[in-house]
Amino acid sequence: MINRTLTLALMDPPYESANSTTALRIISAALEKGIDVNVFAYEGAVCLPLKDQAPHANPVKGTTVEQEEHPTTKSFVSSLLAIGNLTWVNCGLCVDERGATNVVDGVKRGSPADFFKMASESTNTLVIPTK
Amino acid sequence: MTRYVFIESRDPFESRDTQFLEDTAIAVKERGHDVTVFLVQNGVLAARESARRLGRLAEAGVKLLADDLSLRERGIKADELSPGIRESGIDALVEALVQENTKAMWH
Repeated sequence: MINRTLTLALMDPPYESANSTTALRIISAALEKGIDVNVFAYEGAVCLPLKDQAPHANPVKGTTVEQEEHPTTKSFVSSLLAIGNLTWVNCGLCVDERGATNVVDGVKRGSPADFFKMASESTNTLVIPTK
Repeated sequence: MTRYVFIESRDPFESRDTQFLEDTAIAVKERGHDVTVFLVQNGVLAARESARRLGRLAEAGVKLLADDLSLRERGIKADELSPGIRESGIDALVEALVQENTKAMWH
């Protein structure tokens, strides 16, 4: 069986754009198909796996944290990493700029050189830019 | 032959540059390549028959897919889609992306 690898470059920060949701869906679908996935998180996307994210209640609707079931991107990233065959690299400079160092387990720190290497060794690369 | 996958995430009524993607996809198709346009997020608003968009792409033989979740989020049913546009899961996009000799562009 041919080993297939998909690399994605993400740039949007969490809770800003539907791009993040679509990217996470693409990663999930690829992993389910047995496709290896590399993610290079650039700019605001380095905050997707931030461990400090917390689900919240909704005082407008009067719902509790449990009732609200607010999804966090850190949980999505953790779940995807738990599947295996996913390499997630956060851009180190982008992390430092944002102080986004406290990330979920399994997320690595790297540089655009890692993105180049991942893209060079992949079946295909998809760049999802900010609007 | 190269395969091209264009992913359109923008609403044509908000972004005039969706026209650029349409023109590019048709030009590539006319050069003999296999072309797929995958509509996602607000891009699926163009898939409605009542929007009267994307007819040129269909006539040019471009494969048109619309993301099922994006359609559901916007209350668009399969029978509202223009002829030539097929509702599709995100797994179809993934499968298209990992075909050999495929170029992918997100817009």
